[in-house]
Amino acid sequence: MSNVAPIHQRGHVAEQASAGTARVTEIRREADGVMGLVLTDPVGDRLPDWAPGAHIDLVLPDGTTRQYSLCGDRWDAHSYRVAVLREPSSRGGSAFVHDSLREGDLVGIGGPRNNFALVPAARYLFVAGGIGITPLLPMIAQAELLGADWNLLYGGRTRTSMAFLDELGRYGERVRVEPQDESGLLDLPAFLGEPREDTRIYACGPAPLLDALATAAACWPSSSVRTERFVARDRSDGGSDTSFELTLARSGRTIVVGRSETVLEAVAAAGVDVLSSCRQGTCGTCETTVLVGRPDHRDSILDDDDRQAGDCMFPCVSRAVPGDRLVLDL
Amino acid sequence: MSAPTLGYAPTIDVDPFCDEVLADPIPLQRQLRAAGPVVHLGSYDILAFARYEQVRAALVDWQGFQSAAGVGLANFRTEQPWRPPSLLLEADPPHHDAPRRVLQKILSPRALRTLRDDWFADAEALVEKVLADGTHIVEIDAVTELAEAFPLRVFPDAVGIPQQGRENLLPYGDHLFNSFGPRNHLVEAGESRAGELQEWTSAQCRRDVLAPDGFGAEIWAAADRGDILFDQAPLIVRSLLSAGVDTTVHGLSAVLHALATHPEQWSRFREAPAAAARVAFDEAVRWESPVQVFFRTATRDIEIGGRTVPEGHKILMFLGAANRDDRRWGADADRFDLGRDPSGHVGFGMGIHQCVGQHVARLEAEALLTALARRVEHLEPAAPPRRHLNNTLRSWDSLPLRLHLA
Ligand code: HEM
Ligand code: FES
Repeated sequence: MSNVAPIHQRGHVAEQASAGTARVTEIRREADGVMGLVLTDPVGDRLPDWAPGAHIDLVLPDGTTRQYSLCGDRWDAHSYRVAVLREPSSRGGSAFVHDSLREGDLVGIGGPRNNFALVPAARYLFVAGGIGITPLLPMIAQAELLGADWNLLYGGRTRTSMAFLDELGRYGERVRVEPQDESGLLDLPAFLGEPREDTRIYACGPAPLLDALATAAACWPSSSVRTERFVARDRSDGGSDTSFELTLARSGRTIVVGRSETVLEAVAAAGVDVLSSCRQGTCGTCETTVLVGRPDHRDSILDDDDRQAGDCMFPCVSRAVPGDRLVLDL
Repeated sequence: MSAPTLGYAPTIDVDPFCDEVLADPIPLQRQLRAAGPVVHLGSYDILAFARYEQVRAALVDWQGFQSAAGVGLANFRTEQPWRPPSLLLEADPPHHDAPRRVLQKILSPRALRTLRDDWFADAEALVEKVLADGTHIVEIDAVTELAEAFPLRVFPDAVGIPQQGRENLLPYGDHLFNSFGPRNHLVEAGESRAGELQEWTSAQCRRDVLAPDGFGAEIWAAADRGDILFDQAPLIVRSLLSAGVDTTVHGLSAVLHALATHPEQWSRFREAPAAAARVAFDEAVRWESPVQVFFRTATRDIEIGGRTVPEGHKILMFLGAANRDDRRWGADADRFDLGRDPSGHVGFGMGIHQCVGQHVARLEAEALLTALARRVEHLEPAAPPRRHLNNTLRSWDSLPLRLHLA
């Protein structure tokens, strides 16, 4: 469709200009070694919608990408909250957040994605270990809103290392806070009790806690137990908004996608329009086949298996892994 | 309900649901857009948006403009809905989350890949059959023979409902989409069969009735996994049957009518059908907007377009008007033009309720248009078309077309 005017020439890009970037508007100490960040859209737009259990990719100015659970209020469309634990062995990533990130800085964001969605149930048992409390906070708010019966068992090394205790205070008896140095290891069997049809167990924390939970919940149906492993892993292979080369396979043309434009915009500027709609990586309309190269996925749609397959991407938000180039079926 | 504190929103007294406007909503849409960003509809004493900016803003603001009080004129806070509310269309987060997540996965472009070859073959077979008795020229009614025939051929099978009773699908959808409007003669005419149609539709949503490999069975499988509750499964299947048939039929009619009345666009489409089919369909969805309007209810006093919508009040979003707003689409907004990038239209809505079946509709359209492009050199109206009136849908009753075979 060579006779199609590119989107940017029509001057209607205002409503999707800022996908993928956020401003750090607040940094706050939440506990020993835990920093809370509030992120907003740089021009004050809504941020993409999310549901409890979702995480975003945070692309830091030092080039590292890390995943953080959203732990704010989804009724506030204009800001995200995440909490970052300082990893002892970290050089970039969490150490950067603790030592160098300042209010007002811009960061890249991808997603939100959700591999840990809250399913409907009459009763929930939440188990958090340390920073694993983050995805559970909005779940708890939601369970409360829905009038579900719920309880939280929250473990950590020491009381001062455990974030959001104030916020959880308002729930009274439903919340049990058990720092290891005061009460020892969590007594999971006692907390879980007998398996119940109407109950879902949600747990997030370090591997040993989740292993213990798997043992304690062995007699529960597998569909009742949902966990998210908190892995402390800085990724430096993905992320930062570098420019890269992209080849349009049908015409054989190669173009450069600049730092501050999306693949969709770059392709449109080259005279190829890809149908799109949300321009946030949520609706799926712009799905494009990837022939060669590794996409840096920033959408909210593909799950890990889909991403592994690597055969398609959403050019409204996704880019190329730095150092790689892409060949798209366009 | 107390009168909204409007003051400065201009009032328009034309009833957007009267026969004359339903037959041709374009003049009223123009009037509404020109009147201002927010207008007061005198006939229903509610506020309405017809410009792209405000319609889009209201669509995406689920926190401020809720769906659970109904997306029609009826306010479920005070009025009893005529059927159990939809778990998607008529639900807000958090209730909306799980059903949406399940359906979105089942209807994602990736999931539909397995249907693609079959639907392309089905479209070819249908076009072959329709053209069978012609050598050079064939006259057809494009509504019944293509726009209805194709979705009815592929979609109920994809959902997995039995053959028997499928003739109920279109009347059920027609009444449902009428019922979002006021209780006018269109609604009254549908009421005598509403109960029976609703019963039939619900009966198709039971697990034992559904084929083991369709969308319906996949919804039930999600209940097995605990992703939704068992008692939610039938209502989610019902969403497919309510929202997935009439809409697509009218979308297909729209694109066929558009191409038949714009011969230069048909030629352009035929030059590169593989690349242009998707754009042609979305441009038709923009241009015709098969779903013309939806309502929301304000959850608090909300300022929009310089006016305040009071808490608890219904607003009307004119999707069709937004899709032809020259502020967004340029001076030629009223033109059906394959050279335009229709991306960003609100014909499928926008935000968390954006049509979860849009990829299904696009795939059906792509299959049918591709099959037609192969066999038809050009097409033209054979007689004046006739509108079908519906409070929500913009649709054709009859589209007589003359097809010149390639
Ligand atoms: C051209 C065809 C179609 C058009 C124009 C259309 C239009 C729309 C629109 C405007 C909405 C948004 C409603 C709102 O914001 O309140 C919507 C939602 C929906 N559509 Fe479609 N639709 C089409 C085809 C389909 C198909 C084929 C299916 C099923 C496979 C479907 C299923 C749904 C459902 C279930 C919703 C509710 C989604 C939610 O609330 O989360 N639609 N559609
Ligand atoms: S336009 Fe919606 S996913 Fe890209």
